[in-house]
Amino acid sequence: MSIEQNEITKIAELARIRIAGEEIGQVTERIAEILQMVDQLQAVDTTNVEPMANPLDATQQLRPDVVTEKNRREAFQAIAPAVENGLYLVPKVIE
Amino acid sequence: MYTKSVAQLIEGLRGREFSSAELTRGYLDRIAALDSQYNSFISVDENAAMAAATAADERLASGDAAALTGIPIAHKDIFCTDGMRTSCGSRMLDNFVPPYDATVIQRFKTAGAVMLGKTNMDEFAMGSSNESSFYGPAYNPWDTKLVPGGSSGGSAAAVAGLLAPAATGTDTGGSIRQPAAFCGITGLKPTYGRVSRLGMVAFASSLDQAGPMAHSAEDCALLLNAMAGHDPLDSTSSNTATEDYCATLNNSLEGLRIGLPAEYFGEGLDSTTGECISGALRELEAQGATLVNVSLPHSALTIPTYYIIAPAEASTNLSRFDGVRYGYRCDDPVDLHDLYTRTRGQGFGDEVKRRILVGTYALSAGYYDAYYKKAQQVRRLIKQDFMDCFEQVDIIAGPTTPGPAFAVGAKTNDPVSMYLEDVYTLAVNLAGLPGMSVPAGFVDNKPVGLQLIGRHFDESRLLNVAHRFQQATDWHLRTPDAIARGVA
Amino acid sequence: MQWEPVIGLEVHLQLATQSKIFSGSPTTFGAEPNTQASAVDLAMPGMLPVLNEQAVSFAVQFGLGIGAEIGKRSIFDRKNYFYPDLPKGYQISQFEAPIVGKGSFEILMEDGSSRKIGITRAHLEEDAGKSLHEDFHGQSGIDLNRAGTPLLEIVSEPEIRNAAEAVAYLKALHSLVTYLGISDGNMAEGSMRCDVNISLRRVGTEELGTRAEIKNVNSFRFVEKAIRHEIERQADILDDGGRVVQETRLYDADRDETRPMRSKEVANDYRYFPEPDLLPVVIDDAYIEAIRSQLPELPADKRLRFTEQYGLNKYDANVLSDSRALADYFEAVVADCGDAKIAANWVQVELLGQLNRDERSIEQCPVSAADLGALISRILDKSISGKIAKQVFEAMWQGEGSADDIIAAKGLQQVSDSGALEVIVDEVLGANAAQVQQYLDADEAKRKKLVGFFVGQVMKLSKGQANPQMVNELLAKKLV
Repeated sequence: MSIEQNEITKIAELARIRIAGEEIGQVTERIAEILQMVDQLQAVDTTNVEPMANPLDATQQLRPDVVTEKNRREAFQAIAPAVENGLYLVPKVIE
Repeated sequence: MYTKSVAQLIEGLRGREFSSAELTRGYLDRIAALDSQYNSFISVDENAAMAAATAADERLASGDAAALTGIPIAHKDIFCTDGMRTSCGSRMLDNFVPPYDATVIQRFKTAGAVMLGKTNMDEFAMGSSNESSFYGPAYNPWDTKLVPGGSSGGSAAAVAGLLAPAATGTDTGGSIRQPAAFCGITGLKPTYGRVSRLGMVAFASSLDQAGPMAHSAEDCALLLNAMAGHDPLDSTSSNTATEDYCATLNNSLEGLRIGLPAEYFGEGLDSTTGECISGALRELEAQGATLVNVSLPHSALTIPTYYIIAPAEASTNLSRFDGVRYGYRCDDPVDLHDLYTRTRGQGFGDEVKRRILVGTYALSAGYYDAYYKKAQQVRRLIKQDFMDCFEQVDIIAGPTTPGPAFAVGAKTNDPVSMYLEDVYTLAVNLAGLPGMSVPAGFVDNKPVGLQLIGRHFDESRLLNVAHRFQQATDWHLRTPDAIARGVA
Repeated sequence: MQWEPVIGLEVHLQLATQSKIFSGSPTTFGAEPNTQASAVDLAMPGMLPVLNEQAVSFAVQFGLGIGAEIGKRSIFDRKNYFYPDLPKGYQISQFEAPIVGKGSFEILMEDGSSRKIGITRAHLEEDAGKSLHEDFHGQSGIDLNRAGTPLLEIVSEPEIRNAAEAVAYLKALHSLVTYLGISDGNMAEGSMRCDVNISLRRVGTEELGTRAEIKNVNSFRFVEKAIRHEIERQADILDDGGRVVQETRLYDADRDETRPMRSKEVANDYRYFPEPDLLPVVIDDAYIEAIRSQLPELPADKRLRFTEQYGLNKYDANVLSDSRALADYFEAVVADCGDAKIAANWVQVELLGQLNRDERSIEQCPVSAADLGALISRILDKSISGKIAKQVFEAMWQGEGSADDIIAAKGLQQVSDSGALEVIVDEVLGANAAQVQQYLDADEAKRKKLVGFFVGQVMKLSKGQANPQMVNELLAKKLV
C-alpha cells in the first residue's frame, strides 16, 4: 500500500505531531518504505486464526477495592510545566 | 578488580578483600575517566552512589547483607528512579525526575545493589544501534567506530567497557540480546511477565521485558534472582513461581535436545558469524547435547508483524507525553493544539515520530483489520511455530544477529535495513519466550553472539546451558584490546 | 405532529467503589484539586492499570438486575484522543466485548402504566478529569481527581419516544442502581450523567433520521427540557425541508438551549484496540451465581410483593417502592404497627409530605420507622384519634420525643373514662337545651344530623380527646 503526503498530514494530526513542511516529503517516503515492508502480511491466510494480544494468553487478576494511595500532589506538581492553585494549566480549553 | 564477575565481587565484599565504597569509587572513577569514549551513561550521581555504597558496607559489617549488597549496577535510563532524572534517551524527558522508583529499581535496592548511574539508550528504546538517543550515540568498546547495538546500547557498552560489572536492560524486539552480542557480553530477556514492567517507560506493552546484562550467565542468574517475581501492580506480570536461577547452573547437558531452525541459518547470515555459531554448537554437542533440525516456518513474517504491533502500541503509549503534567513543553503555545503538536513535534526524535505515525496509521479507521488485527493473527502463528518446535526439543539455538556490529552512521538513513538487524530476535518477543545472547567468538575482532531460546518460564534451562558453555569457553572473559592493554 | 422522535440514552453511571477503577486512589467527591490523583491517574511514565474487583462485581450486579447476558470474557480497549482532562491520551473502555450484553427493565409512567425498555449493552470504563474554565490568565486549569473513577456506561435501545418516557427511564434506572447499591445516583454531583441521541422520522415509517447527540444533561428536569427543545429544533428544520446535521450538541441549562460543541467538530478516529496493559476479564458461572444469590429484591419484584402481601393498590405500591430506603422504612412501620393500609397512608401523606416541605430525603428523616409505627399503634389501640395523631407527629418531627412521651406530656390521651365523659356530655346538653328540644321533636332522619352537633361540642370541650364512639353511645343513652 502506498501512502500519499496528505495521508501523512492526516495521521500526524491524529497523533498531534507537527511536521515541518519541508520534512513532509522525506517522512512520507520513509513511512512508505516501512508500509511496503509490512505489506507482506496481506498475503498470509489467517482464516480462523484468533488474534493474539498477549503472548501468554493470560487473564486479568483483580485488585481489592482498597484505597492505597496518599495525596502526593506536591511531589507530582513539582515536576509539572505549569500549575496554579493545585491545577495543571493549559491553553484555554474550548468545549 | 574490574574484570571480576559479580559472583567474584560478592565473594570479595564478604571476604573483606575490598569494600563497596572502594569498589563503587573505582567504577565511578573509570566512568569519569573513560566514558567520554563510550558515552554509555546519561546520568551519574556520584554522591548518591557513594552514600549507597557506604550504607552497604555497614550492612556487610553487621552481617545483615542481602544477595547483592554492595554490588554496583548500572540501570538503563528507561527505569524510573526516585529523585534521579529518567530521560528514556529523549528530549521529551530530559527534565523528568520521577518521584517514584520502578519495581525493578526497588527490587535491586532491596537486594542491596548500588546504582552507579543511568545508561544511554535509543530514544524510548526504539532502535538497534543506540544512535537515536537525544544524548548522542553510545560507542562500542571493542571499536568506538562501531555501534554498541541497541536499544540497551549504553548498558552493553558500560559492561563491555568495564565501567560497571553488570547492568539492566529492556528488550522489546532484541534490545538486550543484540547489544549483548555486539559488545561481547551475556544478556537475558526473560519470559514476558517474569519481571515487572511497573515504572519502566513503556514502548510496546505486550512485548517489553526487562532483563540482566553482565559478563557471564552466572551473573545474569544472580541479577535475575533479584529482578524476577510477580508484581500486583502490573496486570501482565505472571504469578508463576520463580526459582533460584543459580541452583541449576551446573546441571549436565547430557541428553539436552537443541533445535536449530533452518530459517536462522539461511541466506542473510554472515558466513564467519555462522562459523562461530557452528563452533559453539559443536561445544554443546561435546557436552552431550543432541542437535535437531527444526523449522519455524513463519519466520519471514516476524519483521512485518513486529513493525505493526510495536509501533501501534507505542503510538498510544506515547500519547501521555503532551507537555501538560511533566516533561518537555514547547515555548509559548498559542492554543491547546499548538501545545500538543509543537511539544510532540519538538520533544520526540525522528525515529520515534516515524513509529508513532506508522502505529497511528495501522490503528486508524479502515486499516485496523488489514494491519493490526492481521498482525495479531500472524503473531499467533509465529508463537505456534515455537510451541511445535518445543514438542521436539528443549531449547532452540542460532545466531543472535545476522552479523557483527556495524559502523556508526552506516544505517541511520535507512530505517528498514536497520529493522532487519533484529530478524532473529523479534520472534522471541512476539511469542513471549525467554531468550539469551552468549558470547561465541569473533569476526575481525568484533564479538558474535549465540542466541538461546527456551520454553516459557524456562530461564533456568537457558542459564544452565549458557553457564556450561562458559565453563568450557572463554569468549565471555575476553575484554576489548584497549582495555586489556590499559590504554582505555 | 408528522414527526416521531426516536430517542436513545447513554447514561454514565459512577460506581460506588472506595478506590478508582485502575488505581488505589480514593473516589471521594469534592476534594482539593489533584489531591486524589495518583501516579497512575496522572499517567506518569511506566504506570500501569490494575482492575478493581468491586467495579467488576457492580457491573455484573447491574447485568443480573436487567436480566442481561454477562460477558464471560470481556475485554478492555483503548479509545485514543487528545484532551487535557485525559492524561494518558486514551480512555480505557470496552468496545467489542462489554461486560454486560442485552437486557431490559421496566419503566413506570406518571399514569401508573409501565413498559419495558431494552438495554443494548453496558460496559466499564474510566472517567476523565475536569477542565476548569475560570480565568487563569487566559488558561484553563485541569483537575484530575475524577480521572479513573469507575463508570458503567449504560446504552439503551432507541425505544424511547418522548421526553416523559426518557425521564421515566432515568427514574427507573436511578431506582434500580440505588436498590442494587452500585451507585449513589447523585445527579448533582455527576454520579449519573446522560447523553441523549435524538432523531426524527416521519410517523409510520421505519427508517431512522439523522441523529444529534446532546451531552451534558444532568438532571431529570434538564433531560425533559433538552429533549423537548431538540425535538422542536429538528422538527422546525425538517418542516422547512431542511436536513438535520449529525453532530454533538451541548445542553446549556442557563440559556435553556442546545448548541453545537466546537471541540467535537472534527470527526474523531478513536483507533480502538485491545488495551495491552490489561488482560481479558474471565468470569465463570460460579462467580455469577454467587453474585446472583446476594442480589437484593429489585423494584419490580418489590412492587408486585407490596400489592400481594399488603393488599396495596398499584399506585401506592409504586410510590412506596420508589427507593429502597423508603420501602424499607414502610415495611418497618408495618412490622411495628401491624396495619399495612394505615401505615401506607401515613408514610405517603404525612411522612412524604413533611419530607417534601423540608426538602429532605428519606435517609434524613427525623422520625424513625419504629417511632412512626408506635404512633400508629396508639391510633389503633384508640389511645388517640387520627386527628390528635397528626398533632403528635408534628411534635415528633420537631424532635420533642416519642409518640408516647408527647401524648403523656401534653395530656393528649383519649378520654375513655365513662364517668369523666358523662360529666362533659351533661354539661353540653345542659348548655344547649334548645337544641336538645329540637332533637327530641325531630324525626329519626333529622335526629342523625342533629346528633353530630352534640358530638362536635363534646369534642370541642374535651380538646379533641374524647373517645368519639363512647360519646355517641352516651348521647344515645341520654337523649331520650
